Amino acid sequence: MKVSIFSTCVVDLMTPNVGIAMVQVLERLGCEIDFPASQVCCGQPTYNSGYLEDSKLAMKNMMRAFEHSDYVVGPSGSCIAMFHEYPKIFKGDPQWELKAVALKEKAYEFTQFIVRVLGITDVGASLEGTATYHRSCHMTRLLGERETPFQLLEQVQGLQMEPLKNSDNCCGFGGTFSVKMPDISEQMVNEKCGCVTETGADILISADMGCLLNIGGRLSRKGEPVKIMHIAEVLNHHNPAAKKEEAGHEPANG
Amino acid sequence: MSLQTDRREFNERTTDGIGNPFMRNAVSSAQDSLKTRRLSAATALGDWEQWRTLGQQIRQHTLKHLDYYLGQLADNIEKKGGHIYFAKTKEEASGYIRDIIVQKKAKKIVKSKSMVTEEIEMNHVLMEAGCELTETDLGEYILQMDDWDPPSHIVAPALHKDRRQIRKVFTEKLGYTGDESPVNLARYARTVLRQKFLEADVGITGCNFAVANLGAINLVTNEGNGDLTAAIPKTHIAVMGMERIVPTLEEMEVLDNLLCRSAVGQKLTSYISVIGPSASGETDGPEDFHLVVVDNGRSGILGSEFNEALQCIRCGACLNVCPVYRHIGGHAYGSIYPGPIGAVITPLLGGYDDYKELPFASSLCAACTDVCPVKIPLHEQLILHRQNIVQEKRTSAAERLQMKTAGRLLASQALFGKALRFANPASRLISRHGRIARGPQLVRGWINARDLSQPVRQQDSFRAWFDKRKGREGQ
Ligand code: SF4
Repeated sequence: MKVSIFSTCVVDLMTPNVGIAMVQVLERLGCEIDFPASQVCCGQPTYNSGYLEDSKLAMKNMMRAFEHSDYVVGPSGSCIAMFHEYPKIFKGDPQWELKAVALKEKAYEFTQFIVRVLGITDVGASLEGTATYHRSCHMTRLLGERETPFQLLEQVQGLQMEPLKNSDNCCGFGGTFSVKMPDISEQMVNEKCGCVTETGADILISADMGCLLNIGGRLSRKGEPVKIMHIAEVLNHHNPAAKKEEAGHEPANG
Repeated sequence: MSLQTDRREFNERTTDGIGNPFMRNAVSSAQDSLKTRRLSAATALGDWEQWRTLGQQIRQHTLKHLDYYLGQLADNIEKKGGHIYFAKTKEEASGYIRDIIVQKKAKKIVKSKSMVTEEIEMNHVLMEAGCELTETDLGEYILQMDDWDPPSHIVAPALHKDRRQIRKVFTEKLGYTGDESPVNLARYARTVLRQKFLEADVGITGCNFAVANLGAINLVTNEGNGDLTAAIPKTHIAVMGMERIVPTLEEMEVLDNLLCRSAVGQKLTSYISVIGPSASGETDGPEDFHLVVVDNGRSGILGSEFNEALQCIRCGACLNVCPVYRHIGGHAYGSIYPGPIGAVITPLLGGYDDYKELPFASSLCAACTDVCPVKIPLHEQLILHRQNIVQEKRTSAAERLQMKTAGRLLASQALFGKALRFANPASRLISRHGRIARGPQLVRGWINARDLSQPVRQQDSFRAWFDKRKGREGQ
C-alpha cells in the first residue's frame, strides 16, 4: 500500500524521531512510503487564531502537496482533524472545494490508519514499563477517534497501562491559546501533570506532539521523572531496524 | 445588574479567579460530580446522540419559523385573556414591566428563574421605582442577600460559595443563628421566602420555553419556587428571550428531557409546569398574566453566522465540562452568561468593545460542543468570533504581522526550510543544556512555566533524514 507521510511542522522541527518511528512502523507493516517534500503545516496555528486568509495559504499548499497521494498519514490527531475542516473552509470555492474533500477522505492519523485501514492491532512492539495515555482533544472530539491508540497499546508486550483521571480534560495547550493566555493554560497543564503523576506511570504516551511538548515541558520544569513518548515511538520499540537508522539526537524528552 | 457584571480588564478578572483556590475547588468538584451524573442520565435515555439530533432539529426548526410561532403564541395568549408584549430593547422591556407594577400600585415582588431579567436590568429599574424585590431561587436569594453578588453559573448561580460562606451571609444579613448544614440553611430560607410569597403583589418569572400552540409557558425547577411565584400573586409577569419557544408540548417534552439531564443529571426535575393565563372558573393562578418577549439584539443574531447560538436551552452543561471555566470561575467572564456559551453570546449581545477577549479564552478543546444537548458547535463559533475580531483589526498590529509572516512561512517549503536553518542557531542563544529557559516576548508566558527543547538542527530534521535515506536507497 502506498502511503504519503505528513510529518507535521512540529515533528519536522522539534521531534524528528517521531516521524522516523512512524515511517519504520508503517514500512514494517508493508507500506510503501513517500514524503511529498512541498508540505509544511496544516494551517492550524493561524486558523485557530482567527487569521483565516493567512491560513488558507498553508491549506492550499497542503492540498497541492498531497494531490497525488493514495493515503496521507500523520502522527498527529490534531493536524489530521484540521484536514477534516478543509471542506467546510473551502465550501463553495470552485477551485478548492473538491480538493479539500479529497484530502479529507484519504487522511488518517497514524494509529487510525494502522487499525482501521490496515486492520492490524498487534505491530509486534514490546516495551517494559508502566504508562498512561493522554487523549488529545482534537483527536478524540474533532477527529472522533477514541479507540485505536488503546487497541494498539494493549498489544504492546510488557507495557502496563494505567488509566488517567479526567483523561478527557484538555491539557491547556490549544496551540496559540497557551501563548496568548499563559496563566489559564498553566493551571490546566498543572492539573494534567498532577493526574499524570498520580497514576505512578513512568511514561506518558499520546498521539499528539503538541500536547506532549506542553505536558512534558511542564513535567520537566517541575522535575517530575516522567518520560514522554509519542505512540509511534512506542510501537516502534524493539524493532531491530530502529536502532540502525535513528538520527543522532535525543528522543522527544529526556 | 446588567449583562456586564464586572468592568475590570479581562486579565485582572482571570487573575482574581485563578487566585481563588476556594472557588476553584468548588467549581472543579461540582464539575466532576455533574459530569458523572449527566453521563448516567444521558445513557439511561437510550441513544443519546439521536436525542441530541432531535433536540437540534427542534431548535433549528423553531428558529427558522420563529415569526410564525411567536405569532401563534401571541394569538393564543390573547385569546385566553393574557397580554403579550414584544420588547425591542432592554429599556422597552423593563419599562413595560415597571409600568405594570406602577399601574397595579404593587410594592412587593417575588421573582424566580430568570437570567433575561438580569440582561434587561429589571431589578434596578424596579427598585428605583420603590419596590421590594425578592429572589426566590435559593441560589439567587443567597446572592441577593450578599449584596447582589453576581451569579457565576447558569444553573447554579451561587456555585462559587460554600456552606460556610452562606451561613455567614445569613447570619450577618438575616440574623440566622443555626449551623451550616445545607438542610438547615435551606429550611431557614424557605421560612423567610414563604412569607414573601404570601405578601407579594406581583410574581415575575423567567420561562424555560413558551409553548406556542397553548399560549403558555413552561417552567422547570427543583425548588417549586417558580410555581409559587406564578401561582400566588394576583399578577404574573413572565419574561423570555424571544428565541425560547417550542411549537407544542411534544417538543417541550423532548427539550425538558435534554435540559434536565444535561443541567443536573436528573431525568426530570421535581417541578415541571405549564402555566398561562388562568381560564375563567379556575381557582388558582394569576388574575392577570403578561408575557414579555425580549429581543435586545437577538434578531440581529437570527439568520447570521451565529444563528446556532440561539438554539441554546441554558442547561449549563458546557460550563460543567469547560476546562477554562474550571480554573477561572464564572465571574472572570464579566457577564451574566459565563463559560463557553457566554463566550459566544456575550460578545454578540454586548459587543466586541467590552468582550473581545472572551472568544480567545478557550483552548478549542471542543468539550462544550461535544456535550451540548442541542448540538451548538460552540468551539466553531468561537473561531468565527476570532475571525471577526481579526477582520475588524482589533488584534494588535504586532500580532497581525506575526500571523501574516507565519501564514507565509507555513505555506512554503522554501521559506520554512530557511526558518528551520535559522531556528536552531537562534534558539542556542537563549537555551541552556538544550532547553529554552527564557524566551522572546511572544512565548514568554509559555516558557515561564515549561521547559521547551530546542528545535533540531536543519540537518537533523525529519525531512533531511528522509532525503538522506532516499539518497542511500537510490545508490
Ligand atoms: S450552549 Fe448547549 S450546553 Fe451550553 S448552555 Fe446552551 S444548550 Fe446547554
